[in-house]
Amino acid sequence: MTSPLQQKLKITGPSVVTANRTWDGVVVYRTAARGWSVELTDAAIVRNSDDAKALLAEAVADDVGAIGPYIAPVQVDEAGKILPGNLREQIRRDGVTIGLPV
Amino acid sequence: MPLVNGGKIVDDSFVKLAVDTPLPEGGDILVPAERFVGEADALLKRAGKVGVIWPNNRDIDELVPYLGKVAAVALVFPSFRDGRAYSQARLLRERYNYRGELRATGQVLRDQFVFMLRAGFDSFEVKKQADAEAFMQTAKRYSVFYQPTGDGRITALHRRMQLRHSEGVGT
Amino acid sequence: MYAYDEIDRTLVNERVSEFRDQVKRRLSGELTEDEFKMLRLQNGVYLQLHAYMFRVAIPYGTLASNQLRALAHVARKYDRGYGHFTTRQNIQFNWIKLSDLPDALADLAEVGIHAMQTSGNNMRNVTSDQWAGVAPGEIEDPRIWSELIRQHTTLHPEFSFLPRKFKIAITASDHDRAAIKVHDIGLRLIKNEKGETGFEVLVGGGLGRTPFIGKTIKHFVHGRDLLSYIEAILRVYNQYGRRDNIYKARIKILVHELGIEKFSREVEDEWQHIRNSSLQIDDEVIEDIRSRFIYPAYEKLPHMPDELRQAAADPDFEAWRKNSVAAHKNPGYSIVTISLKPIGAPPGDATAEQMDALADLADKYSFGEIRVGHEQNLALPHVAKRDLPALWKALDKLGLATPNVNLITDIIACPGLDYCSLANARSIPIAQELTRRFANHELANLIGRLHINISGCINACGHHHVGHIGILGVEKNGEEVYQITIGGRADEGAALGNLIGPGVKFDEVADVVEDIVEAYLALRERPEELFIDTVKRLGVEPFKERVYATR
Repeated sequence: MTSPLQQKLKITGPSVVTANRTWDGVVVYRTAARGWSVELTDAAIVRNSDDAKALLAEAVADDVGAIGPYIAPVQVDEAGKILPGNLREQIRRDGVTIGLPV
Repeated sequence: MPLVNGGKIVDDSFVKLAVDTPLPEGGDILVPAERFVGEADALLKRAGKVGVIWPNNRDIDELVPYLGKVAAVALVFPSFRDGRAYSQARLLRERYNYRGELRATGQVLRDQFVFMLRAGFDSFEVKKQADAEAFMQTAKRYSVFYQPTGDGRITALHRRMQLRHSEGVGT
Repeated sequence: MYAYDEIDRTLVNERVSEFRDQVKRRLSGELTEDEFKMLRLQNGVYLQLHAYMFRVAIPYGTLASNQLRALAHVARKYDRGYGHFTTRQNIQFNWIKLSDLPDALADLAEVGIHAMQTSGNNMRNVTSDQWAGVAPGEIEDPRIWSELIRQHTTLHPEFSFLPRKFKIAITASDHDRAAIKVHDIGLRLIKNEKGETGFEVLVGGGLGRTPFIGKTIKHFVHGRDLLSYIEAILRVYNQYGRRDNIYKARIKILVHELGIEKFSREVEDEWQHIRNSSLQIDDEVIEDIRSRFIYPAYEKLPHMPDELRQAAADPDFEAWRKNSVAAHKNPGYSIVTISLKPIGAPPGDATAEQMDALADLADKYSFGEIRVGHEQNLALPHVAKRDLPALWKALDKLGLATPNVNLITDIIACPGLDYCSLANARSIPIAQELTRRFANHELANLIGRLHINISGCINACGHHHVGHIGILGVEKNGEEVYQITIGGRADEGAALGNLIGPGVKFDEVADVVEDIVEAYLALRERPEELFIDTVKRLGVEPFKERVYATR
């Protein structure tokens, strides 16, 4: 399998690095403070391939903290708020689109 | 990389030879399959033990004529996820009755020790020191085995049959 | 059901303590994710979009009531109060923490349940007919053999790192409820002319990116040779199956590339070496396994008890009985299918409360036994006919008496993009909308047997290729698009569906299915002609015309 660091990184807009926390699997986002947050709004934004690569490399290095880090597209609204860039990321942030049985 | 043999961490007497390394005069050598097959007569004539490193995509039948003459066969796990060498190991032990050292090389990790032992490996080039040190403890992790292999461990089905007979069940 | 003995229990406990140690090493950083991933998968632990997912095996779909209660307990204590029954007789929990998993496994081990090899490149949970042992006309109970294979393939020292996953299914009835033709190995239990038990062996079936219907590799393998024959197939596959490309690594590709004749010669050669080894099974071994299956002590009961006669006046009861109650080999009893497809709900989900209540009903009415089928429904396999009215009332209270088994709203669907990290599109909301469109029971009954299968990606966990109507979600330019096939089937007449035309958007799927159904109602020769038979007779064209005429 190709390591995420070897993948070609083409960034078309603002992006973040996201993963799942190792001990409980919860969705997390890489912050500028070299940590993880469960809030997308805390995520570090990258806007070019070099920055994205650097942020991803730093995330990959924290294998104990979170697993499967990758770069995900986001949108930044006029107020500077970060929003998911696609349906998958929207579902990861907000949860399932259906009512849960319980 | 620590070598575990007979359940203990031991010194490796074998030196691994590349395809083009000059042949040392004495000492034990492990030779890649390609070179071994090409130079078998010369290699086997010299003093010192000879073992062969057999890749997992090369037919084991080709090695069979030499099994009585080699001191070690090293099979390869390029990744621990690639399980071809388990089949090769069982064939060597169970079909061709190979009794020499059978060494696991490559990505050899603690969590595969039991499978490897059952397939017939008795020697392990372990990737991590901590795993090598945990060998004996890990090897004892399981006491129940469902499949018959050449390692002689009694299977669950067999044990049940013994219990049935000793209890006189079956009526 | 099968009762574990001390030997089985010891193994499962040893497995739990091994995994506890592995999780500990993972959380301390001693194991990297790369090293740990295969270990967790081999214990049924995936990483999905929101959390870890835990898949527990229900071998050959047989559960005891205390086991179902243990599953409810896991749902409640470690998850969010529900579980999801899958298409391969497993149950999945969607919200579990890695740090809780060893405890969850230990709790399940107490009742003889495990999650070994419910994922990973090894032998998966062996599946069988959910009516095994009770279906009229069955040759013999295939679960004895399923259990034999389960044991033989559990922690197999040679085949735990195969090129890819490997699935076996067994049936012993003419009507195949186990979908054996779309498995890596499919086994059809038969008798030879001497009356001895053996198997027709199929190989190389499967769905996913490259679907194939399995081919017969041997017409009769004697029961005593079953393990050695399977071992020979696995050995050929382990050595020659492709490892360079994950999409070409399943045995179906090897069989396809070598051709069935060459593949079967390789297997035959290997088999001749090992068939007379300790893998040969004598009758005593089979008898020992059979002796640990507990069969109910049926009473001699009337075929048509008064209770049933009286309840027939209630049209709701009758609708349910006609739909969900099937003939049992013992005429005083019935097999009751419990639909996990209520209108508007995710297919296959059950809450902890429902599981507990069902366990109680199984104790009261079905000798403590529950079955799980690949259609994502449950069944109570031994219900006395006199108890049917009382059982129906109890099920109805639990929301488990929807009379839609095998009808258009009995939809098979994968978790899709709502849960799954592989998915490209959502499946569950599509299923929910379709059940609402066809919620009217008279309408669904008028349409008759019709299986809709939905997958949220090409991996085909919703078996869309073999749905009478198959729906495959893909992603196109950031949008969910659905490709629709018709004419697939998963039973003894297994066939792959054909695409009716270009993909349609999320909001259009239910409309398109309605069009297809309307076309069928107009085209069928008589009410008894099933959808699948009309498609077979007329092909895709008239349906395509109808769907795309106005689009």
